[in-house]
Amino acid sequence: MPIISITQNDGHEVSLDVPVGQSIMRAAVDSAISGIIGECGGAAMCGTCHVFVNSAEFAQLPEMHQNENELLDCTATPRRPNSRLSCQLRMTEKMTGLKLTLPERQQH
Amino acid sequence: MTISFDQIPHLDIDPFSAEMIAEPYDMHEQIREAGPVAYIPKYDLLVAGRHAEVQAVLSDWETFISSAGVGLANFRHEKPFRPKSLLLEADPPDHTAVRTVISRILSPKTVQQLKELFLAEAELMMKRLLELGTIDGMKDFAEHFPLKIFPDAVGLESDGRENLLLYGDMVFNALGPRNELFEKSMERYLPVSSWVMEHCERSALRPDGLGELIYRAADAGEITHQQAPMLVRSFLSAGVDTTIYGMANTLLTLAQHPQEYAKLHANPALARQAFEESLRYDSALQMIFRTSSRDTELAGHSIPGDRKILAFLGAANRDPRKWTDANSFNIERNPVGHMVFGTGIHGCVGQVIARMEGEIALRTLAKYVKHIELAGPYERHPNNSLRGMRTLPLKLTPA
Repeated sequence: MPIISITQNDGHEVSLDVPVGQSIMRAAVDSAISGIIGECGGAAMCGTCHVFVNSAEFAQLPEMHQNENELLDCTATPRRPNSRLSCQLRMTEKMTGLKLTLPERQQH
Repeated sequence: MTISFDQIPHLDIDPFSAEMIAEPYDMHEQIREAGPVAYIPKYDLLVAGRHAEVQAVLSDWETFISSAGVGLANFRHEKPFRPKSLLLEADPPDHTAVRTVISRILSPKTVQQLKELFLAEAELMMKRLLELGTIDGMKDFAEHFPLKIFPDAVGLESDGRENLLLYGDMVFNALGPRNELFEKSMERYLPVSSWVMEHCERSALRPDGLGELIYRAADAGEITHQQAPMLVRSFLSAGVDTTIYGMANTLLTLAQHPQEYAKLHANPALARQAFEESLRYDSALQMIFRTSSRDTELAGHSIPGDRKILAFLGAANRDPRKWTDANSFNIERNPVGHMVFGTGIHGCVGQVIARMEGEIALRTLAKYVKHIELAGPYERHPNNSLRGMRTLPLKLTPA
């Protein structure tokens, strides 16, 4: 199973196994990683699974849909150029080793 | 044609009988324990009641499609009872443009702007309820609050809003069989059907409401002008009864669990989580259906194409495989991942506003009310797919 790394906002780094085909949000919630809420369950409705992607890897991710892009405009921690919603990131072998950092807040 | 699914457990149950609608929890367990997928011969219907399979079915929109209807009827063989919903009863690519527009209109950004209005309305309601002391939690609270704030937000006039309840009741009965519940709700709805459809028109909506935003998306060419009233219809059918029953079930559950209410009263910041847990514990929407688009497999069972499958949301929300102490109500648990709003591309598009309505209602209740208790027997409102309430006598003790 591919492993990614997540840096929580206290600087703590955790590694997470994400089955291929599953969203990173789902894997994080199932492993009770604090700092990713995923309140809407992956419908790209709530913006509470916001992550910052290591800039070098950002361009290699699948492109975002308009919904995700618009939702990133209303996240609790303002978006940056490397923001994504982790519910929209489905794991592939290629994404092994992906480095994510969590925002300060997920809810308003 | 009835196909025998020899390898799939058969269940001699009727989820739409009066007894099962009144008290579904033993049946939920029976469905879950029969296997990851089971077969109900009476309706020639597959059913998934475990969390993992409910989630899997709802997440795979290509295999388990919505365009053949999200109720028991298979629109490939039966005529839909109303023009199909552009959101609920559609697949990509048709679904995508419409969903994008509605997602934006109901996004956290828009919904945040309604927060102050909702709060003010909740304060007003609570003050009046405290003067009464003993209330009908259904009419005076669960129905009153969403029926005020949501149609206000959409831009609907005040008169005649109770007609929406008749529409919603019929629409959610229509997910089940054409039984007496459905027929009766259709009879009640027909006299107000023209009112409902007229109020989806632009001229009937205030220019500062969410409904007008749908028409502006049509002006901008993102959707068509024929689609716009159909999408207002979706707001009015999906956004009223569901929230009302979610709130009513929450009030009942809190009244039945005084220790949990005490936690909420002590810490009103738990309101959002408490509402979520209530939705999990006693799910206002019990089920939704999909249709297999091709021969496929679910949890190792082969399933032929063109079969209806019932995703039992209410059962998934009590699945002990997913939830520790699934049958206990605990407002401090993490209820994220419950299925009452569905999941995937058809996940409830109004869930942001619904959660805000619930959170604000509970936060205000928790602030002003020390104890909430049943003041007499309550009565459920039967519906084929919703877990409803008719009367809920409550005694409120001020803080």
